[in-house]
Amino acid sequence: MRLAGQGARAVDAQRLTGGASMETWAFAIEGPKGRDELILRRRSAPFDPESSRSTSLAAEAALIAAARAKGAPAPPLVHLCDDADGLGEAHVTRRVAGETLGRRINSDPRFDGVRGLLARQCGEVLAKIHAVRPPAAAELKAADAAVELQRYEDAYRASGAERPVLELAFRYLRESLPEPRPPVLLHGDFRNGNLIIDPEKGLAAVLDWELSHIGDPAEDLGWICVNSWRFGRPDRPVGGFGEYEDLLAGYAAAGGAPIPLSRVRFWQALGSLKWGVMCLMMYASWASGADASVERPMIGRRVSETEIDLLNILEAGL
Amino acid sequence: MITHPKPQELTEAVARWIEQIRPQLDPRNAFLARVAANALAAVTRELELSEAAKARAIERLEPILGHGGAYEGLNWELCEKLRAGDLGVETPRLMAVLRANVLDQLAIDQPGYKHEGA
Repeated sequence: MRLAGQGARAVDAQRLTGGASMETWAFAIEGPKGRDELILRRRSAPFDPESSRSTSLAAEAALIAAARAKGAPAPPLVHLCDDADGLGEAHVTRRVAGETLGRRINSDPRFDGVRGLLARQCGEVLAKIHAVRPPAAAELKAADAAVELQRYEDAYRASGAERPVLELAFRYLRESLPEPRPPVLLHGDFRNGNLIIDPEKGLAAVLDWELSHIGDPAEDLGWICVNSWRFGRPDRPVGGFGEYEDLLAGYAAAGGAPIPLSRVRFWQALGSLKWGVMCLMMYASWASGADASVERPMIGRRVSETEIDLLNILEAGL
Repeated sequence: MITHPKPQELTEAVARWIEQIRPQLDPRNAFLARVAANALAAVTRELELSEAAKARAIERLEPILGHGGAYEGLNWELCEKLRAGDLGVETPRLMAVLRANVLDQLAIDQPGYKHEGA
């Protein structure tokens, strides 16, 4: 037992749901010093349409350490696996108590007391993450709005799909590109579902750092406002639990350079568009035989949700 | 050709069986079984709704494009014109037409999806 020494044993391993390219296992180590609740993350899919954007798990480990040093909550790293572990690319972190399921966070009465605090806490934590100097070892890629838009338009064209609302959105957003601003370290997948929420304290940890990159700070703020992560509460724009104003106020209060709402709305629209294209790509990975899971083709039927969300944003204006 | 059992009855029968065995599955397979049942429900809705939805889409697109035709051709032409900027958010009636067509598709794909305009 490399993690706990002689006399310890790993128990209660259980694969958690969600995550199609990455396996996540909950397990515990029981040893002379007691019981440790842990999480193993392990890359399972040899190829994934998102993988070109994702970092290695070693980079994720470096990011978690750098973010924690700036006061952003992330699960402490316990072990980065190497060849001797025989698990391939993997790491072990401590398990942080709390809820990750967006629907429960947004509607379970257990979270009534903290729900109103979450949007501001998200803004504060994002400001801390954006203040992190990117670890050189992580070799993060950089992308601004123009680059992201082009990347996803290329992927859409390659898919062969003909979706009028996506066409409209590509053109509209290309004509609405915000002025570039100094790039920062981004989490890259900061949304309800990747946050651990404690019913007493609120935001307890930020998970899933593998899509981290360098870019426009408004990208992270817009992504958590995408309606696909509001889990049945479209009336609460931030994650289905909070308001834009609180997110932006928390961001500024924690030292983030102020961001106008229209810039967040631009990235929210681009976020819906990206998610629509990702859904097409996940279907394509099934159709090509690269991924046989039943999840993938069904995700292809989520494109229409992004189309109605895009129409709602485009009609209301950014 | 036979008339019964209808395809919707077959998808419904399989979906019900999945629901029966779901409680005995491990968490990962229980999740995938729910996805499978959702897929069958989408197929069932498509069988019931898609023909009428397509006919309505053709009716809505005719005045925008200035002519009728098969749905696939109209949809392709609409995409080309949006891409080229010949049509856009300022085009009269376009947004309402796109919304109506998307809502018909959403009724097949995810009728329970909650969005800002609902």
